[in-house]
Amino acid sequence: MKLLRAILLRLATMSVTLIGAAVVVFFVIRVVPGNPIAMMLPPGASEEDIARLTAHYGLDKTILEQFWIWLTGVFHGDFGTSISLRQPVMPLVLGRLPATLELAIFALVIAVVIGGAMALTGVRHRETRTETAVDVANGVGLSIPDFLWALILIVLFGVLMPVFHISGRISPSLDLPFVTQFYVFESIARLRFDLWWDLLKHMFMPALALAIPLAAIISQLLKQSLKETMHLDYVTLSRTKGYSENHVILSEALPNAVLPTLTLIGVQFTFLIGGTVIIERLFSYEGLGNMAIDAVINRDLPLIQGIVIVFALLFTIINLVVDMTYALLNPRLRHA
Amino acid sequence: MSAFLTVNNLSAALHGYDQRVLRSVSFSIDTGEVLGLVGESGAGKSMIGKAVLGILPSAIEIIEGEILLDGQDLQKMKPADRRRLIGATAALIPQDPLTALNPSRRIEPQITNRLVDILGWGKTDARVRALELLNEVHIDNPERVMGSYPHELSGGMRQRVLIASAFAANPKLVIADEPTTALDVTVQKQILRLIRELQERHSTAMVFVTHDLGVVSKVCQRLSVLYGGKIVENSSVPDFFTGPKHAYSRALLAATPKYTDPDASLLPVDEAVIEAVAAEVLASDKEWRHGG
Ligand SMILES: Nc1ncnc2c1ncn2[C@@H]1O[C@H](COP(=O)(O)OP(=O)(O)OP(=O)(O)O)[C@@H](O)[C@H]1O
Ligand SMILES: [Mg+2]
Repeated sequence: MKLLRAILLRLATMSVTLIGAAVVVFFVIRVVPGNPIAMMLPPGASEEDIARLTAHYGLDKTILEQFWIWLTGVFHGDFGTSISLRQPVMPLVLGRLPATLELAIFALVIAVVIGGAMALTGVRHRETRTETAVDVANGVGLSIPDFLWALILIVLFGVLMPVFHISGRISPSLDLPFVTQFYVFESIARLRFDLWWDLLKHMFMPALALAIPLAAIISQLLKQSLKETMHLDYVTLSRTKGYSENHVILSEALPNAVLPTLTLIGVQFTFLIGGTVIIERLFSYEGLGNMAIDAVINRDLPLIQGIVIVFALLFTIINLVVDMTYALLNPRLRHA
Repeated sequence: MSAFLTVNNLSAALHGYDQRVLRSVSFSIDTGEVLGLVGESGAGKSMIGKAVLGILPSAIEIIEGEILLDGQDLQKMKPADRRRLIGATAALIPQDPLTALNPSRRIEPQITNRLVDILGWGKTDARVRALELLNEVHIDNPERVMGSYPHELSGGMRQRVLIASAFAANPKLVIADEPTTALDVTVQKQILRLIRELQERHSTAMVFVTHDLGVVSKVCQRLSVLYGGKIVENSSVPDFFTGPKHAYSRALLAATPKYTDPDASLLPVDEAVIEAVAAEVLASDKEWRHGG
């Protein structure tokens, strides 16, 4: 069956991507200089201590041997032990992942809402000053990278008008009833809107910093494809039926114009997740990205590997979701 | 019979320029009557249809004249009322059936949406009406077609759907803008016959835009010849084919191959005649400037 074959092919490419990412990372981080054991021991540790620990973590073996050990571990669900934190890698990584996911999803929502609204406004008032204003805003949004937006936002809303929290994920003084790491979702599920609000006040600036460049990209592309769609015959025909401009834009043009934007959002969302690494650091947000930087500083090889695998898995899943949504929205593919 | 559509002295121009694309156009159509609009490419045939239906490109504006639809002056109406009046009483059969259907929607809502959203019909009534219409345009399995997407249908099939959609709300005026140009020859004939059939059955007033004088002789009672956005001759079809008054019309008629040729289309018209009619159009512009 066609569908089954498509799914199998898809799973195969996903596995190849993941294995590729694992191999590349495994070898690259072992080639760059820096000894994780020396990093974790206090200065003046004896040669024997270093040798003993190096052997303990298996770092005295050849790279190929190490890779084999790691790979067999992975197939048994064991991603090794973090050298700096002395705990199994996977629980550590999975414990941090929800914070990053919530941040990234919040940023994506902001970007889609702002970008979509700007595109629609620009098209509704095309060839007027409003459209020019949208174009200028897009240009500004695109020409400043997320980490500079972060600094600008910190100055604006953290220092000059301190309405949002600059650092952390949630106020440390609060009692947390959470059983999962998905604090935002859980706070809503528990109807604890006080906690939810505190979380949002922490997430707002990092999410906005991540969202602004993406919002500008969405706005630009969506506006462009909407404008092209507005000239098409079926849109004109629907005007003659008595529909208003708003209806024509939203229900005739938008469903067709949104497809290229959707593909782009998928690709850009993976970039946005990459951006969380620096943004989380800037805002001391306890997510996976922040953990990744610590792992690199400490040359915590097993932890770096675990984090990279999880990121890679995340990216392939996003691509899969985008392709599936695209097929679902495009009738020409739906029946293919 | 009363004129359902009257266009008086209508001029349109590119926004910010006084170069007109429609030059003091006047004509009227009675209920049940078909008016042919002929002229070379760029003469402004589609522009007239767009002006009447309120879909002129944003760069082009009406600078004078009036369009009376069912006795109401469109220029003087509020935009929302104008849209509704046009949607309820007029319809367009577009030129290219491949691009005139929304690719991401099934056929059924594309036929029924005007009935439901604009005219307030119930969903089931609209569906019954759509099935009836698809029968009228001789589609064999209307149920299946209603559930299809445009890309699943052939060009001729799509044009049938568009005709059904145009006649859905029993319009009093249909504007057919070269409705067969994009189809192949055998399908062209069927579609033409179909449009004629529905027009007669519903006594619809119709503007039929075409390059093809052969088609005019079969479908229309009257015709207007356009050059450079100006009507150079208004005539009844029999009068036109026995003795066109304007030199340009004569040249057009002479340039048309006899109707036995299925691929009938205009041959190049004599240069001298073109120069003369172009000069006439420019002269009328001068007169218009001094008058206005
Ligand atoms: N969007 C637009 N902006 C400016 N000028 C336009 C626009 N659309 C059409 N025109 C001009 O208006 C004139 C009339 O165009 P129109 O489409 O009505 O021609 P037509 O008689 O329908 O020709 P055809 O047989 O090729 O369809 C042309 O000279 C064209 O250059
Ligand atoms: Mg045309």
